[in-house]
Amino acid sequence: MAVTQEVPPKGGLRTSTRATTRKPAGRGHETLMGTLMVSPAMLLLIVFFFIPVGLCFALAFTNARLISPEPATLVGLENFQRLFQDPLFWRSLRNTVYFAVVVVPLQAGFALVLALLVNAKIRGINFFRTLYFVPVVTSIVVVSILWKFMYQSDGLVNNMLQTLTFNVVQGTDWLSNPTAAMPAIMFMSIWQAVGFHMVIWLSGLQTIPGELYEAAELDGADKWQQFRYVTWPGLKATRTFILVTITIAALSLFAQINVMTQGGPLDATSTVVFQAVRVGYGQQETAYASTISLVFFVLVLTVSLVQRYLTRERG
Amino acid sequence: MALVAVLVLAGCGGRAPSGGAGGGGEGGEFTLWTHNAGNKEELAAVNKIVSDYNASQTTNKVKVQAFPQAAYNDAVTAAATSKKLPCILDIDAPIVPNWAWAGYLAKLDLPQELVAKQLPSTLGKWKDQLYSVGYYDAALGLFARKSALDAAGVRVATVDQPWTAQEFDQALQKIKASGKFDYVLDLGTGDSTPEWWTYGYSPFLQSFGGDLIDRNSYTTASGVLNGDKAMAWANWLQGLIRNKYTPAKSGTDAFADFVNGKSAMVWSGSWSATNLEKVKDGVVMPPPDLGAGPKIGGGSWQWGISSGCQNTVGALDYLKFSLQPKYLSQFVTKLNLIPATEETAAMSPGWEPDGPKRFFLDESKKFALIRPPTPAYPYVTTTFAKAAQDIAAGGDAKSILDQAASDIDQNLKSNDNYGA
Repeated sequence: MAVTQEVPPKGGLRTSTRATTRKPAGRGHETLMGTLMVSPAMLLLIVFFFIPVGLCFALAFTNARLISPEPATLVGLENFQRLFQDPLFWRSLRNTVYFAVVVVPLQAGFALVLALLVNAKIRGINFFRTLYFVPVVTSIVVVSILWKFMYQSDGLVNNMLQTLTFNVVQGTDWLSNPTAAMPAIMFMSIWQAVGFHMVIWLSGLQTIPGELYEAAELDGADKWQQFRYVTWPGLKATRTFILVTITIAALSLFAQINVMTQGGPLDATSTVVFQAVRVGYGQQETAYASTISLVFFVLVLTVSLVQRYLTRERG
Repeated sequence: MALVAVLVLAGCGGRAPSGGAGGGGEGGEFTLWTHNAGNKEELAAVNKIVSDYNASQTTNKVKVQAFPQAAYNDAVTAAATSKKLPCILDIDAPIVPNWAWAGYLAKLDLPQELVAKQLPSTLGKWKDQLYSVGYYDAALGLFARKSALDAAGVRVATVDQPWTAQEFDQALQKIKASGKFDYVLDLGTGDSTPEWWTYGYSPFLQSFGGDLIDRNSYTTASGVLNGDKAMAWANWLQGLIRNKYTPAKSGTDAFADFVNGKSAMVWSGSWSATNLEKVKDGVVMPPPDLGAGPKIGGGSWQWGISSGCQNTVGALDYLKFSLQPKYLSQFVTKLNLIPATEETAAMSPGWEPDGPKRFFLDESKKFALIRPPTPAYPYVTTTFAKAAQDIAAGGDAKSILDQAASDIDQNLKSNDNYGA
């Protein structure tokens, strides 16, 4: 934020020649050390990520099956034709987009609210910060099983609704109701993950220098104006990061569906990743599942690139 | 980078499938894989057979490797892909044709007199070849409280005289009218495992006259899965839920709910027979005849030999040894499973003809229809389970069944009908 004056060094030409003669030996050594440091991670990434992903994309053009006496043969774009005519794929895509469009703003917004609350400098605030973070460290499978019981028609959620609204709102069998199932899963997912993004927002909030707030107060700004003109611009980098990560996480919704509803009722909660897993392992059609994965990858990549473009540094 | 490449290759080569020890056998030692880690009695029964066999001769030595059931099929698929299957392994009956087609299993050359004694549903066949043999079977049954039936003025159905569709419907109406139970019949829809939906509910489809796949040709499901009889089944199932005879989504343990008095009848199987004793007046009946005769499922875990086994003579010898009635009887007495042969039934208290536990064996002999023995089964079962779940959730039965039949047909076509 401070403004520095650029002063060209005296004897600039001499400096650069000295630098060029000294650089080769040092640079080569640094490059070698750098490569060695990076190589274990790169190796793991290549073997366990890039190669399988590459194989997966190649499989999308074959008719490979999980168990088969015949080897896979190339079938070109047949799998893609089948995919785009498959009503289940479009339903899964619609559900995935529905989930992302609702969860991304709600979760990011709610996490920001929590971060602002938790950023207050009062005693005991660490207790709340831990409390909001606890669901994040709990396994999503365990959380899903718990909420599956809570969402039963005589479960905790309905009991609370009845008590709080004096029996006006009866609640429904959440996970068996085609319209209520997805919102129920959204609510649970937001509850589970909001702590994680709260912590990220918090770190962003804490990089904003306190002097700016003092200056704003001196200028007579109220809380809302402080937020709008000091906090919000200061959170730009954090904002971009959170947007991209929540979107990717939301689009790859799987664990909750697998445990709680298995894509039902009537495909109301089927997502693209869930369909890929079911097709690949349950129905043993590896090539078709690879096709779904490839299309999904292109989709997520496009969305992320668009987001990056819209939030890029201007000027 | 060369060093790195060497490390990668070394790592790849040394990676053994989960569960270790490779297949064949050096000399006379070979491995046996089983799915019942965690199932104390069944694993103990298998271990007893193995230790007795090892003690009875010195040529061959069998080693047991037990896996938890949930991870078992994946472990076998992984081992098969890396050609490291054990000599002897057990297989869930409906998958046998699929694994035989994939080339995992060798043909089983058991002596004919042994095979003839077995209950038909304990034999795993594909294209008239025997690939697996089971020590026991299980059967579905309609468990009920006799007091509820008497109060409704309904007779107890027997294997010789099962209920007709009308009797069944009247029983449901009368028991519901008495108002003493939350649900008249708990079908167990709370269990979301796909295999339960196929095993437990396709018999009703078959009792109406429909089926999962055409059993004459095994090349299509159209007409049997989405014909008039299948539609009748779908409407019947939706009617049960709509009239609140059965819950759309039961509790996770339907039998426990039955024991606790929530339902008058529950659709479960022989594995619940011991728990039935907790109910004072519990009886078990065959399902009703919905048009094509009562039908129940058949075929449980069966044993086979892998195609890569180096010591098939030894493996066959072990299997013959294990089929002795005294060993098969262990499974019956300890686990309440149906004896695979009459000799075993005679040795197991309660299972002799007219014995108190005889019901399931008689029912199985008369009504059991094994799940279709086709390599397409894994696809068929996941497709049917999803269709049944969607129908139970209230979807449009015609379009659901049409979609399921066309999906199965397409899968059959893209695999050249699996060599049918």
